[in-house]
Parts: sequence; structure tokens; C-alpha cells
Amino acid sequence: MKVEQRPATERKQKDALKDRDALLHLYREMLLIRRFEEKTAEMYQMAKIGGFCHLNIGEEAAIVGTISALRPKDYVYSNYREHGHAIAKGVDPKAVMAELFGKETGTSHGRGGSMHLFSQEHRFYGGYAIVGEALPLAVGSGYAINYQERDEVVMSIFGDGATNIGAFHESLNVAKLWHLPVVFVCINNQYGMGTSVGRASSVTEIWRKACAYDMTGERVDGMDVVAVRQVTDELVAQAREQHEPSLLECVTYRYRGHSMSDPDTYRGKDEIKQWQTRDSILSLGEQMKKQKMLTAEDIEKIDQEITAQVEEAVKFADESPEPDPKDLYRDVYAESEAR
Amino acid sequence: MAVLTMRDALNQALREEMNRDETVFLLGEDIGLYDGSFKVTRGLMKEFGEKRVLDTPIAEEVIIGTAIGAAMSGLRPVAEMMTVNFILVAMDQVVNAAAHIRYMFGGGSKVPLVIRTPGGGGHQLGAQHSHSHENWFAHVPGLKVVAPGTPGDAKGMLKSAIRDDNPVMFIENEGTYAIKGEVPDGEHLVPLDKNDVKRQGDDVTICAHSRMLIVATEAAKELEQQGISAEIVDLRALRPLDMAPVIESVKKTGHAITLEEGWRSYGVGAEVASRIYEEAFDYLDAPVARIGAAEVPTPYNKRLERIAFPGKADVVVTARALLGKN
Repeated sequence: MKVEQRPATERKQKDALKDRDALLHLYREMLLIRRFEEKTAEMYQMAKIGGFCHLNIGEEAAIVGTISALRPKDYVYSNYREHGHAIAKGVDPKAVMAELFGKETGTSHGRGGSMHLFSQEHRFYGGYAIVGEALPLAVGSGYAINYQERDEVVMSIFGDGATNIGAFHESLNVAKLWHLPVVFVCINNQYGMGTSVGRASSVTEIWRKACAYDMTGERVDGMDVVAVRQVTDELVAQAREQHEPSLLECVTYRYRGHSMSDPDTYRGKDEIKQWQTRDSILSLGEQMKKQKMLTAEDIEKIDQEITAQVEEAVKFADESPEPDPKDLYRDVYAESEAR
Repeated sequence: MAVLTMRDALNQALREEMNRDETVFLLGEDIGLYDGSFKVTRGLMKEFGEKRVLDTPIAEEVIIGTAIGAAMSGLRPVAEMMTVNFILVAMDQVVNAAAHIRYMFGGGSKVPLVIRTPGGGGHQLGAQHSHSHENWFAHVPGLKVVAPGTPGDAKGMLKSAIRDDNPVMFIENEGTYAIKGEVPDGEHLVPLDKNDVKRQGDDVTICAHSRMLIVATEAAKELEQQGISAEIVDLRALRPLDMAPVIESVKKTGHAITLEEGWRSYGVGAEVASRIYEEAFDYLDAPVARIGAAEVPTPYNKRLERIAFPGKADVVVTARALLGKN
């Protein structure tokens, strides 16, 4: 299925995206997320991981295409389907897997779990498990950036379901009103849990919701990492240079159920298969082979390296210590420094 | 030492902290150009500009969320909610986000945020503008909750709250903005975790906070004329709840009354009474008496409203009954 990109203006091909190293980076990041999530599913089935667990499989191009456009000091706020978002922002897969295992070495020292990854160092400002909750927080980071005249950007990532909640609309309104450097990224994977976009939103082209706030709105094929990256580059530049926010809709699909406990009865197998024919990782691999940037052997070798990296993350998580029960109450409050 | 109204004491605290620390900024509905619904922020936009005194749309969720995100990103926001009733629109931000962020992210972040908001009734504002919800927030680990009842405490606690690295619910009261009291000039800090004996007495301990301190004081004066000596413990620090002065007082008097403007069920008094039973049961000569608002949505009618909130007579009658003097 072809996703029409908006606006229909001709985009300039950025040199960086013709570059082998740049494409290879995108490819590796996507494959890392894919293999990490496959392993996560396996670990969940082995009961190494508890609670709810939402996978990014299928959405890799949308994730990597957007987050790779950011600088290390830029902020990312995410939701509960965020393992790949954290990894794409630079968080070590070992620390992510350890968090899923509930270990002290995890990103949140085992206090958060799958839905609450965090890294101050990487400005990965957290996974939030209340739909739409983090959009106002992203606005706050944007306000702080303007307040202190910094040149950073905030990326607020959420699903299609979040665009029907009040916080979405409140946030877009003030982001535009106050000229904040925030890129709102909607990963439209077609379903809010089991409810399709068309059954939940009066406007099914999410990007059009931007026009209510006189904000730049874009829609991009979220299965095409290069297309996602190109449009994100433009929106990030607009945020950084002009302090103008935007809404980007990445049209994509999750191959797995809403969470690991979803029997997936609300959609047809054919639909899933059809989306898988447009798989972002396979497509980029094929394209790079055609352009003589990669050989089949290279692809095999990359896969082996990444599989080993994921195995390493599992080993690290498995061997890491549990939190100490005596630390149950640690970090409920911050110790205030004398100011 | 100057004598100021509560509203001017709060204003002074905000001004001093904004002068002291450039990362402190204010945001809320009509706090700038309009000078604040209750004039607590009067003159501050003129003095500090629109960036540091940010007028927001009527959108409570994004007001609190903006404050949280800004706090995580290096600023020290002070958000004003026009009344505590309106904050219910933003409870997700207060509880699921502000209160939990530090813990659920394993201590990786902090949220140095103050939310100022008045509760309280008595102004014929009906069921959606008149309630006191401090107990709702005091239930939640991760929040600090304070509710000062004198201008001096208001200044000192607001300054401490702004310097604290945690989300602090700073509960004011519409019925106390005009009361006057002594306020130390300049650097006056009152800790957020220390309750305070506001009146010495021997026969009965009255635990009260915010506007109910006034009611308790009026009642104590009348009781004194009747030969009953009441001690008043100000519960200005609700979470963490400092029970030490309460327990010490109960050990002396053997009788305790809790007095709050909100509903009694699951309220501040319920918590304080339980803690008294746990820590000083053997010192009690009678069960703890709890006084709170009538368990109705606040009525508009003036007479009905008056009887719905606790008054001096309620405290006097309760104290006499507790001491077996009715």
C-alpha cells in the first residue's frame, strides 16, 4: 500500500542519505531493534520478563528515521512501546534488557520495567504508560530550551491513539503559541490496542490535525527509513532554527499484537502479511545491494554481529544483580541540595 | 518585622526567590497581565517579564505537564492552579507523572516543582469551587504537601518549597489571603517537614491546618473563658507528616481533636487519629474526635454553606464533650 507523502512538494535528496555509511547506520540500527525485540519476545515467553511488554517490530523505520535525525543533547519523550526508541537514542541495549529483566543495572534500576525506560545521559526522557501523558512534558522541555536560549530540540513520540486525547491538543496548541522547538511524532501503527484508527478518530489522516493549530503537518511512509529521515531532518531544522513545532505522522504497522498478551483477533492475517511485504529492513537491504553498497555476505555478517550483541545484552541482564530489598524506598524523594 | 497579609507574604516569597535564582519562573491562568485571580502574583509580570511570568491558556493538564518537563530540564517552575478543584483535571500529571517520575526512573531524574493552589469554601461558590483536597495529594508517595495558615509560615514555606528538589503541593486557602501576621524580612525559611505548636495548652490538643487554624484559635479563646486550656498544633506539614509535636502534645493533654475543612472520611484527621492510636494510645483518656466538613457537595445557599463547614461552635462543643463537660 502506497502512502502518499504530504505536502507534495519535491524534496531535495540529501547527500548524507546517499552515503553508504549513513545508510548502513540506519540499517544496523533498525536490525538491532528488530533482533532485540525478537529476543525480548523470547525472554518474555521464558518468563524472564514480567508485566506488560510492547514490541516495536514493524515500526523500525519510523523509529530510526526520526530519532537518528537528533543530536545527543536533544530530548526524546516516548510512550510504553519504547525499547527501540531508547536504543535509537543511544541507550545501551544491555541496560535496556537489564531493565526488562528488572535488574539493578537496568536503565531505571529495575524500578520501571519495560514501560519506564529512562536515561538522563542520553536525554532519553522516559517511557510513559499513560496515553498522551508525556506530550505536555515535552512542551516543558521545549519551554526550558527557549528560556535558557539553548539550541536543542525535543522529540515527542506517541501513537495514533494519543491524538484523540486532550493532552495532545493542549500540547500542540501551546507549542505553537509559544514557538517551542518540539517535533511531535505520531507513530501511526493503525491500531490503539485493538481499535483501528478509523474506529477511534474522526480524522484518519493524523497529520491533518496539525492544521487546527496552524502548525506544520507532514505525513510520511513509515516503512521507508530514508523518507522518514529526510522529512524529520527538515522538521528538526525548523524546530532548531526557527523555534517552530511540527506534527509528523509516520504511517507504519506493528507486526505483533498490542502487547505480548494480545491474542490479535481484531485484524486479519492477510493484512499483517501485506504490510510485511513492505518490510523496512528487507527493503533497505535490497536497495543497498542493488546500489552495490552491500553484498549478501555483508548482510549475513551484520546480522551475526547484531545477534551476538543482543545475546550479550541477555547475558548481561541475566547475570546482573536484583535490586536489594533494603533499597525499596530509595529515590521516592530527591535529597535537596543546599541552594 | 513587617505585618503583611498572607497574599503579600506569598508575593514577597515569589519575588525574593525569582531575584535569587534565574531558573525560577511562574506559570498559570491569569497570573500575569491580570495580576492573578487572588492577586498573589500582583506586579510580578511587570517586574520580571512575560518569560518568567507565563500566562497560560485554561488548560490545566498542559500547565502542570509543562511545569514537570521544565523542572526535569533545569528550571524551577512554580505553577499556580486557580483553585484546587481545577487541579482534578490534571491529576494524571500530578500523580502519575510528577510524583512517580523520580522513582519509576530509578532516581535518574528529579522534579523540582511547586504547585500553588487555594482550597477552601465559604464564599457561596458552590460544589465545584469550594472543596479542600489536600488529603488526596498527601496520600501519594513522591509528593510533598504543605498547607501553611499564617503569613509568616506562608512566606517561609514557599521559599523552602521553591528550593526543594521534589514536587511540592503548596495548598493555600481562599479564606486566608487577607489575614495579617508578622512576616520576617528577607531570608526566612520554614522547613517543609516540621509541624508547629501555635498555642500552648494543657487540657486538649487541637490539630488543625490552613484556615482551620483561625477557627481553632477562636475556639481556644472561648474554651479558655470556660476554664478549658487548649493546645493547637499546626499541621502545616502534611506529607511528610511530622507527628512529633502532636504526640508530645497528646501525651500532655490526653485528649485530641482533629479539625479540617475537607470531608472527614479518609481525611487528614483519619490519618492523624490513626497515628495517635499507634504512637500514644496509652496516653489517651478518650477516643480522638474528628471534625470535618459535612459530607455533601458544598451547597450554594449561604446558611446551608455555613453549617456545612466546621466553625468555632463545633470545636467548643466537641472539646467539652471530650472532656466530659457537657
